[in-house]
Amino acid sequence: MGENVTLVSQDRLVKKSRKEQFIHIITRWESILFLILLIEILVNSLISPYFLDYFNLMNSTFIFMEKAILALPIIFVIMCGDIDISVASTLALSSLFMGMVAQAGADTATVVAVGLGVGLLAGAFNGFLITKFDIPAVAVSIGTMSLYRGIAHAVLGDMAYTDYPESFAYFGQGYVGNTVIPFQLVWFLLMAVVFGIVLHKTPFGRKLYAIGNNRTAAQFSGIKVQKIRFIVFSVTGLMAGMAAVMLTSRIGSTRPVIANGWELEAITMVVLGGVAISGGKGKIGGVITSIFLLGFLRYGMGLVNVPGKVMNIFTGFLLIIAILLPELIEKARKSKELKRQKKENEKKLEMQTS
Amino acid sequence: MNKPIDMKQLISRYREIPLVLLIITLFLIINIRTPGFISPSNIYKILDDTCILMIIGMAQLLVLLIGGIDLSIGSTMALSGMSVAMLNQYNPDIPILALVAITLLIGAVLGAFNGVLVAYGNIPAVITTLGTINIYRGFTFLLSGGQWVGAHEMTDGFMAIPNTPFLGISSMIWVTVIVIVFLFLFTNYSVRGREIYALGNNETASIFAGIKTKKVKLTSFILSGVLASLAGLLYVTNYASAQNDTATTFELQAVAACVIGGVSITGGIGTVPGVVLGAFFIGIVNNALPVIDLSPFYQMAIHGFVILLAIVSNTLMDRRTERLILQKRSL
Repeated sequence: MGENVTLVSQDRLVKKSRKEQFIHIITRWESILFLILLIEILVNSLISPYFLDYFNLMNSTFIFMEKAILALPIIFVIMCGDIDISVASTLALSSLFMGMVAQAGADTATVVAVGLGVGLLAGAFNGFLITKFDIPAVAVSIGTMSLYRGIAHAVLGDMAYTDYPESFAYFGQGYVGNTVIPFQLVWFLLMAVVFGIVLHKTPFGRKLYAIGNNRTAAQFSGIKVQKIRFIVFSVTGLMAGMAAVMLTSRIGSTRPVIANGWELEAITMVVLGGVAISGGKGKIGGVITSIFLLGFLRYGMGLVNVPGKVMNIFTGFLLIIAILLPELIEKARKSKELKRQKKENEKKLEMQTS
Repeated sequence: MNKPIDMKQLISRYREIPLVLLIITLFLIINIRTPGFISPSNIYKILDDTCILMIIGMAQLLVLLIGGIDLSIGSTMALSGMSVAMLNQYNPDIPILALVAITLLIGAVLGAFNGVLVAYGNIPAVITTLGTINIYRGFTFLLSGGQWVGAHEMTDGFMAIPNTPFLGISSMIWVTVIVIVFLFLFTNYSVRGREIYALGNNETASIFAGIKTKKVKLTSFILSGVLASLAGLLYVTNYASAQNDTATTFELQAVAACVIGGVSITGGIGTVPGVVLGAFFIGIVNNALPVIDLSPFYQMAIHGFVILLAIVSNTLMDRRTERLILQKRSL
């Protein structure tokens, strides 16, 4: 009699776990995001007949690929439990120096090299201050946020650099071959693959997760935490330089307010993509989904003439909701689990007493 | 037992001493370049210009003390300033005192929104306020429809708020002095004020000590919002214009005032006098720029440089103080 009962309950257990597995996949953050993306595309195409046009859709990626490039390294930064709010200012600084050398008559290759180099240096400076003096990343990056853009303001005043070599325009405006696929989109996808492989398939990526989950434990298990954080901030600068190349090339000019406030969107892309703000959790797939989610959201709102500042309200709320929602779900799940355990305990007690 | 005064110990205890020396040196150097910089009228002008920065510096202090950071100060200033300016524009009959009360109430609500998300939603302050910096700014735009409120659309009584002299000193300075005294008393002598320091020093320990940490965090953010809205009101009335990009990047200046004043970015360390001096330091620099032939476009870069310098030196000083304490213990 007793054996029968356990058999039945075991059977039920297996079934339930399968069901739970299914629910787990469905309710995974990445799956929810993908569903929202599909709904968004549907709604957008209902609102505006121009949305689903293949050519339009391809072109719409122009408006968020630079932000997407900024978002990729921020995955690493947030994965480590850090934050970098200076990326948009780094972009401005990079663009400033590109404008300077272009003004002096440099060719495209030099301009690009300067853009990437200045970004790398700016990021390395962040990393140096953060790791050498062990200062919180938020403090350093709020200083450099002001310093880097401040340098652009100081040099340019109310002027702008607009003299760029003709071939430089390709990075921001070009299409691949004779297709209507923007170079920016292809380049971003390539970068996304690189970052995905580093994050999920290399020891470096594993170390990022380890640092984010428990920095002290990571240190004691022999991971060179400070060195890795330094690399992460340097890479962030380099990618900001890359975004600077693309953006400067696309709009063909450098003003001190270039990419103002973009750190919000880049960070929102990452956090909405399911990277835990406390570090140590998240996948590249989620971030790529959220990049397109946010990008198409902006594109859709643009089609119905929503001003940029109003779009920022949505982005701001999305950032907050993206952190609040998983926490609330987790809380609800935990309290449900507790209730279930309580009930089982009561049942056991009842059986024992009877 | 007459102990000799240990200069090093005194300085590490009172951060304000080197800052005062620094300010005096700065004054002297600028005065060499431009005689007349140290004159009562110019110092009064600098003070008058720095009032708003002092107030938002203290708003930032309250949040930095609990280990957070408030990036939404500039947007809070803009939204509350714009709301109240438009109220004045469309209903000129509303008495000034009511307008002031409404401003502070708006500030309290905006601050509470930040505070609830940080305290009860467990969202890091930097992320919360990075969201609200854009949300509040966006609402300013929605509210005004992209328009701005100019001097001829405000009532004279409204514009007189910061500029009514009393005993020969403008009301803006009086308001600032009152705020400074209130916050000095609040942070040093009230239970909630001391709880803010305890929480910033060690959150876990303060929970075990029975401090209601969530309420303390909420208090900090509400007060910060109220101060920011007050600064917004003063800004809008003093410059007689409420615009969509009013007070952009003011939160960075507030951070600069704090870290120069010795406020630790990790929480628990910082004083009201320190922040007031820090703000005054920035006020001098801002006022000196045209005098030494530098365009105001240099301001942002200088603030950033000063923030970094102050943060690094604060960190090094904290380390040394820690070492001193440890040494004393081992003796």
